[in-house]
Amino acid sequence: MSLKIKSQEDFWAGIMFIGFGIIAVVVSRDYPMGSAMRMGPGYFPTWLGIIMILMGSAVSAMAFKYEGEKVGKFAWKALLLLGLAFSIFAWAIDNIGFIPALFILIVLSAAAGQQFRVKEVLILSAVLIAGSWGLFIKGLELPFPLFWWR
Amino acid sequence: MESLASFFPNLALGFQTAVSLQNLTYCFIGVFVGTVVGVLPGIGPLAAIAMLLPATFNLPPVGALIMLAGIYYGTQYGGSTTSILVKLPGESASVVTCIDGYEMAKRGRAGPALAIAAIGSFFAGTVGTILIAVAGPPLAEMALKFGAPEYFSLMTMGLIASAVLAHGSMVKAIAMIFLGLVFGIVGTDVNSGMSRFTFGASGLADGLSFVVVAMGLFGFAEILANLERQKEASTRDLLAKKIEHLYPTLKDLKVSAGAIMRGTAIGAFFGTLPGAGPTISAFSSYALEKKMAKHPEEFGTGAIQGVAGPESANNAAAQCAFIPTLTLGIPGSGTMALMLGALTIQGIAPGPQVMTQRPELFWGLIASMWIGNALLVVLNLPLIGLWVKLLQVPYRFLFPAIMVFMSIGVYSVNNLDLDIYMTVFFGFLGYVFIKLKCEPAPLILAFVLGPLMEENLRRALLISRGDPTVFFTRPISAGFLIATILLLIVMIMPNVRKKREQVLVEEGTG
Repeated sequence: MSLKIKSQEDFWAGIMFIGFGIIAVVVSRDYPMGSAMRMGPGYFPTWLGIIMILMGSAVSAMAFKYEGEKVGKFAWKALLLLGLAFSIFAWAIDNIGFIPALFILIVLSAAAGQQFRVKEVLILSAVLIAGSWGLFIKGLELPFPLFWWR
Repeated sequence: MESLASFFPNLALGFQTAVSLQNLTYCFIGVFVGTVVGVLPGIGPLAAIAMLLPATFNLPPVGALIMLAGIYYGTQYGGSTTSILVKLPGESASVVTCIDGYEMAKRGRAGPALAIAAIGSFFAGTVGTILIAVAGPPLAEMALKFGAPEYFSLMTMGLIASAVLAHGSMVKAIAMIFLGLVFGIVGTDVNSGMSRFTFGASGLADGLSFVVVAMGLFGFAEILANLERQKEASTRDLLAKKIEHLYPTLKDLKVSAGAIMRGTAIGAFFGTLPGAGPTISAFSSYALEKKMAKHPEEFGTGAIQGVAGPESANNAAAQCAFIPTLTLGIPGSGTMALMLGALTIQGIAPGPQVMTQRPELFWGLIASMWIGNALLVVLNLPLIGLWVKLLQVPYRFLFPAIMVFMSIGVYSVNNLDLDIYMTVFFGFLGYVFIKLKCEPAPLILAFVLGPLMEENLRRALLISRGDPTVFFTRPISAGFLIATILLLIVMIMPNVRKKREQVLVEEGTG
């Protein structure tokens, strides 16, 4: 067996499981273990973590044996823009209101796509905001302020 | 036999509830939205129901459930329409319909393909409704006798089944189960009152919200993946300029009848089994029909059984998934977990007692499913033109709209910023899962079952004084575990494994 990673996908998936397993075990050390008969809050998560570490190791080890694929490229731009769109929305809806929050969300989301035509995005924003206002504010009576002054 | 005697009065109560104008309206809205969701690619039933869950908070419990269920089985119908007409499955359970459905459409037989899909689905839906009505009460009665070990073993079986039937590596799928169980633990421990894995955030004291995890993994991550795919393929071959001869010939019906029957049986089986679902039912049915056909070479060139079988199977499975959910209180899939979530929000504790305590809810829901299936047949065929138009909406308009629905949906559950940030986290995680080919379906099921499993494990071992053999000494529990072990052994056997990989590869590329 050579020490060459044949399946990058499996290798990194294994590492991910090991990582989550270690977090589970380490964090659970703050909780009392108890015994099998009287389980403490730490008992179940500790065992879950240990099993995850073992399974992760198995997945990573198999990556040396079985042929697999390379991990595809990450679309960082879309990741960042969509993450930002959501996060800013969370802040904006309480602070500057429903309508500006949606506008920011739609523009940032649209920017994550392949084509961004200003006119198109403005029309799309208008349609979506009007629709959401009708459905959520008028129809379902969700109590969001529309703008920062109200 | 008591249950059989009350079969008709029960159904009568159900229909009485379901045909009220209000509930009919909810049913109609549900199946209509469901069809739209099924038609639109890139948004599945799980994300759609999660988005619309907040909209049902103010509805009466029966209405809320009827609407959500309508969305769920409506997507199966919508998905098949686009599979046949444009080879674009709106959701995974109709992937297999593309193979022969699209070929039929290419040969000018789109009408019969759509009709047979509708007929098969309706038949399967009817059988599914009757099955729930007949099997529900005795199952619920049995479930009342279940103790902690039985529940634990049953959930173990469901989780392993979901991993075995998932795409890709089985080991990875099982590891995903454990990850899901850990996510399920986040929040306050009911026994000790201790906060676990909250990292000091008070917003996590009640645990991670299901809506957040589902939207992140199945909504947000899906958009990211779709934006990438768009680069590669953007051409859509539209075959639905004009659909003539909607009705299948007598020969078509004759050939399809068996396939519909077998598909329904397969779907009913996999649907009832926690962890399996419509997708695997559709694939199994296709494989079986190909094997049973007199002319297997016709498959792939427009064999009508290749549409009739899988379409019946996925609908039967969608319907029968309600059996474990409603009678045992154990959801068999993420979507079913959302249904139970909707119940809980309405202040009804899910479990076998629902049937006796809220009969109008249980039977009303079942009757509404049959009505909904009938509505779908009526709705789907004449409105095909509208669905095709909907398909022509470019994705660059679609995904900002999905983002809007998701953000408002997530935020309106608790009015909590943290929920949105957690959605982004799970969205990123879901994207990583896609990149590493880790299937999220077992994770979400484990996430839902996590707290239940811990609780039942705790209770079982408390009763047995810490002796783990209790799971094997109680007969029903042992039965579940033996079935689980058999399932694993069968899957590890070399020739079965090869076959599984083959089927799943077809599934991946189909």
